[in-house]
Amino acid sequence: MNATLEAFKTRAEAVSAEVHRFTGRQEALAFILGFLREAGVSAAPQCGAVWVAGTFLDGTVQAELHSQVPGISFDVTQEASAAAKVGVSQLDWAIARTGTLVQDATAVEKRLVSSLPPIHVALIGTDRILEDMGSVLQHLRPDQFNYISFITGPSRTADIERVLTIGVHGPEQLLIVVVDEFDRVTP
Amino acid sequence: MTTQFKESIETALNNGNLTGALGRFSEAYRISRAKAYEGIDFEAVRDRIAEIKGSASSRFEELAEQFKQKAESRGAKVFRTADPDQVKQYILDLAKAEGVKRVVKSKSMASEEIHLNAALEKAGIEVDETDLGEWIIQLAHQTPSHMVMPAIHMTKEEVAEVFSQEVEEGQTPNIPKLVKFARAKLRPKFLQADMGITGANIAVAETGSLVIVTNEGNARLVTTLPKIHVAIVGIEKLVALLEEIQPILTALPRSATGQLLTSYVSIISGPVPNPDGSPKELHIILMDNHRSDMAKDPKFKEALQCIRCATCLNVCPVFRLVGGHVFGKTYTGGIGTILTAWFDELKKAEDIQGLCIQCGSCVPLCPGKIDIPGLILELRRRLVVEKGQSLAMKAIFGVVNNRRLFHSMLRMASVTQKPFKQGRFIRHLPLFLSDLTDFRSLPAIAAVPFRDMVKAIVQPKGGDKVAFYAGCLIDFAYPEMGASLVKILNKAGIEVVFPDDQTCCGAPARYNGAYEVAAQNARENIKALLETDVQYVVSACPTCTVALKHDFIDTFKSLGVTDPLTLAEAEKVSAKTIDFSSLVKKLVDAGRLTFKEGEALGKITYHDSCHLKRTLKASGEPRALLQQAGHEIAEMYECDTCCGMAGSYSLKLPEISAPILERKLKHIKDTGASKVAMDCPGCVMQIRGGLDKDGAPIQAEHTAELLSDRFL
Repeated sequence: MNATLEAFKTRAEAVSAEVHRFTGRQEALAFILGFLREAGVSAAPQCGAVWVAGTFLDGTVQAELHSQVPGISFDVTQEASAAAKVGVSQLDWAIARTGTLVQDATAVEKRLVSSLPPIHVALIGTDRILEDMGSVLQHLRPDQFNYISFITGPSRTADIERVLTIGVHGPEQLLIVVVDEFDRVTP
Repeated sequence: MTTQFKESIETALNNGNLTGALGRFSEAYRISRAKAYEGIDFEAVRDRIAEIKGSASSRFEELAEQFKQKAESRGAKVFRTADPDQVKQYILDLAKAEGVKRVVKSKSMASEEIHLNAALEKAGIEVDETDLGEWIIQLAHQTPSHMVMPAIHMTKEEVAEVFSQEVEEGQTPNIPKLVKFARAKLRPKFLQADMGITGANIAVAETGSLVIVTNEGNARLVTTLPKIHVAIVGIEKLVALLEEIQPILTALPRSATGQLLTSYVSIISGPVPNPDGSPKELHIILMDNHRSDMAKDPKFKEALQCIRCATCLNVCPVFRLVGGHVFGKTYTGGIGTILTAWFDELKKAEDIQGLCIQCGSCVPLCPGKIDIPGLILELRRRLVVEKGQSLAMKAIFGVVNNRRLFHSMLRMASVTQKPFKQGRFIRHLPLFLSDLTDFRSLPAIAAVPFRDMVKAIVQPKGGDKVAFYAGCLIDFAYPEMGASLVKILNKAGIEVVFPDDQTCCGAPARYNGAYEVAAQNARENIKALLETDVQYVVSACPTCTVALKHDFIDTFKSLGVTDPLTLAEAEKVSAKTIDFSSLVKKLVDAGRLTFKEGEALGKITYHDSCHLKRTLKASGEPRALLQQAGHEIAEMYECDTCCGMAGSYSLKLPEISAPILERKLKHIKDTGASKVAMDCPGCVMQIRGGLDKDGAPIQAEHTAELLSDRFL
C-alpha cells in the first residue's frame, strides 16, 4: 500500500469511516453489491439504494446491477433519497492528512445521496488521494465550482454532554471504497 | 456590580450539573486540543491567521464590495447593511414575497446576535434550529451558553425533559436515543422548509465563496433542500484570498473540538440546482453591526481576528465555574465580553468584564493571537473614563496615590489587626469583611516592614549593586521573603539597595481601570528606582515585575503620554527589571552562587504564577533552582492554572476565587508533596491562607525562602 493511501486510511478510520481497497473495478463492484445486499437493500419500501452514476460505472450495464440487487435506483430524486437506506456516489479527490473526501457537489443528486440516507458508500480512485487540502484546491477551485463538499467521516455530534454520537442529520455510516484501476475497464 | 449579576453568578456556581460538566470538559479539552495539533506549528498557523484577518479588517469596505461583485456575478444576491434591523427586514420581505412559511436554520451566531428567530416567529413564520444544541436551547427557550456547544450547560436528563415537554412525551435520558429522536423529528422539517438560513465561517472576497463548517450535516441539508438559501455573514468573516481559508480551516476544528477537520466543510460560491431542478435563490447578507467601528479602533481591531473557536471559554478558569449564561444572551466568555461591548453596547459589558481574572490562560492558545485579557482591561479603563470609578475605589486609590499616607496606614494596621491576629494569620474578620477570610486566612501585617528591616542588614559593599523593588505584600506582609532575597544576593557579593521612595506598583489601580492612578504610581517608582546606579532592578513579585517591565510604558501610552523623557525613563527601568528566579539562575550559571552539595530536601511541587509564566515566560528557572538545591519536583495537575488570587479580584468576587483555590489545593495535595513553592507573594497569600483554613500539613513558600539557606 502506498504511503498516501495508508495515511488516508488511518485518518479516515480514526473518524469512524470504513475504508476498503481493491485493485480492479469488478472486484470493487462485487464488494459493493454484496454490501448492499447485506445492508438489506431491496425493492421493499424504505429499503432502496440511490446511486449517482459516474465514470466508475462506464461500461457497466445499470440494468444488470439492478437485477443483481433489486432496490438500486439510478434515478436520484429527493423522495427516493429520503426513503433510501444507502446512497452511493463517486468522489473526486481525497486528502490523506485528514482522511477527507472532496467533491464538486454542484449537481444536487450528489448531495442528496450523501446526506439523506443513513449509509453513504463513497467511491474514489487510489490516484485521487492527495496529501493536503491545498493540493485538492488546486484541482477543485471554488472559482469554477459553485458547491464543493468536504466529507470527513460520518455525521456526528457531541452536543449533549459532549458524548460523541455518530449519525445526526447526515449518514451514520460512511463506507469508502478505494479502487486502483478506477477508470479502466477490466476485461 | 449589580445585585442581579451577583445573583446570576451565585445561581451558576450552585448548579452542580453545570460546574461538573464544564469542569470535566475543560480537562478533556486540553488533551484533545494538544493531540489535534500534533505535527502542526501552531505559532506559525496563528501568525498567519492574525496576518490574514488583521489585513482583512484594515479593508473591510474594499473586500465587502469585491465579495458582493464576485458573488453577484455568479448569480447570488448580496445585501450589505450596517443595521441589524435591516437584516431582519430583508429576510422578512423576502419571506413574504416568496410565500415562505417554514424556515430551517443551521447554526449562526450572527442570527443570534440580531435575535432573528423572534422576528420571524412574530411574522408567523415557523423557524426550526437544526443544529442539535441550538434546537435543544430553542425548545428550552434559552440562549446559547457556548459558541461551539450551545447546550453544554444541560444534562441528558434535562434534554430528555425538554424533548418530552416540547416535542413528544416519554423521552428517556439516553444520549444515542435522544440524538435519533432529533434526527427523526427534524428530518420532515428539512424536507418541508421553504427557506434555509445559515451563517458562514469564512467569506472569500476573491471568489465570492462562503465556507461553512459543521459536524452534524445539517448545513448541507439546509443549503440543499429548501429553494431559498439565505446566509447571514458578519463582515469580520471576510478574507481576501481563497488560499487564506487553509490556515483558518487548520486551526478552527482543532481549537474548537480537537478535530483535524469537521465532518463537513462546504464551499458555496454560487446558486446550485434545487432537488426539482430549478435554480436555487442564494441571498448573502453582509452585516456590519459595529464591526467597522471596531476595525477603526486601534486597540479593538485585534478582536476581529477571532475565528470563533471558543478556546478562550474552554481554558478559562472562571468560565468553567460559571458557564456562559452569566455573560449574556449571545457571545460568551472572554471574547464574548469584548464582542458584547461592541455589537451590543459598552454598558452591557460593565459587569461581565469584571469576570476576567486576568490570568492570561487564553492568550497563548488563541488562534487569532488576540490579547483577550488586555482588551478586557482596556474595556475596564474606558468604562472608568466614561462612568468614573466607584466611591469606594476612589477612596482606596486616593490612599494608594499618597505613599506616605498609604504606608502609615499599613503600619497602623499592624497594630489595629491585633484582635484578629493568630500567629502569622488573620483567620476571621467581622461583618462584611468576613467574606475575605471565609475560604482562606489572610496574612497578618508584619510588625516591622521590610523597608525598616533592611536597614539593619549588614551587606557587602563595593561590588555590584542591585535595587530591590519589594512591592506592598513583601514590604508589609512578608518581609522575610525580602530578607531571603537579600541573603542570597549577598552570597553572590551583590549589595541590595532599597530605594525608600518606592511605592505601590500601580497594578491594583490599573487592573481596576484607574490608569491615572497607575501612571502616578509609575512616575514615583521610576524616579525612586533611577536614583541609584544599579545593574538590575529585582522583584520577587511577578505582578510588580510585569508592572515595572511592561505596564508602566503601556499605561503611559494608553493615556497618550508622549513626553520622550518619561517614556525613555520607563524604558530604562523596564530594561533593568528582572524577576527573582531569573536573576538567581543567571548568578548560578555564571558561577557566582554555588549550592551546598548533597542535600536531599525531599519532594516539592511548584505552582506557576500567571504573570511569571505567561508574561515573563519564566517557568524553567525556579524549577531548575529548586532541583539544584536538592528538591525533587512532583508536578501537580494544572500547575500553571491561576490560584484565584488575582489581586483585588479575590476581594470583589470571593465566590469565584474560592472554588478556583479549592481546585488548586486539591491538585497540590494530590502530589503528596509536603511543600509547594511559588514565586509570587500574592499566590503565597492565597495558597498559604487556603492551606491554613484547610488544615493540610503542607507548607506554601516563596522560592526565595526555600533557597535562602541553600548556598555556600
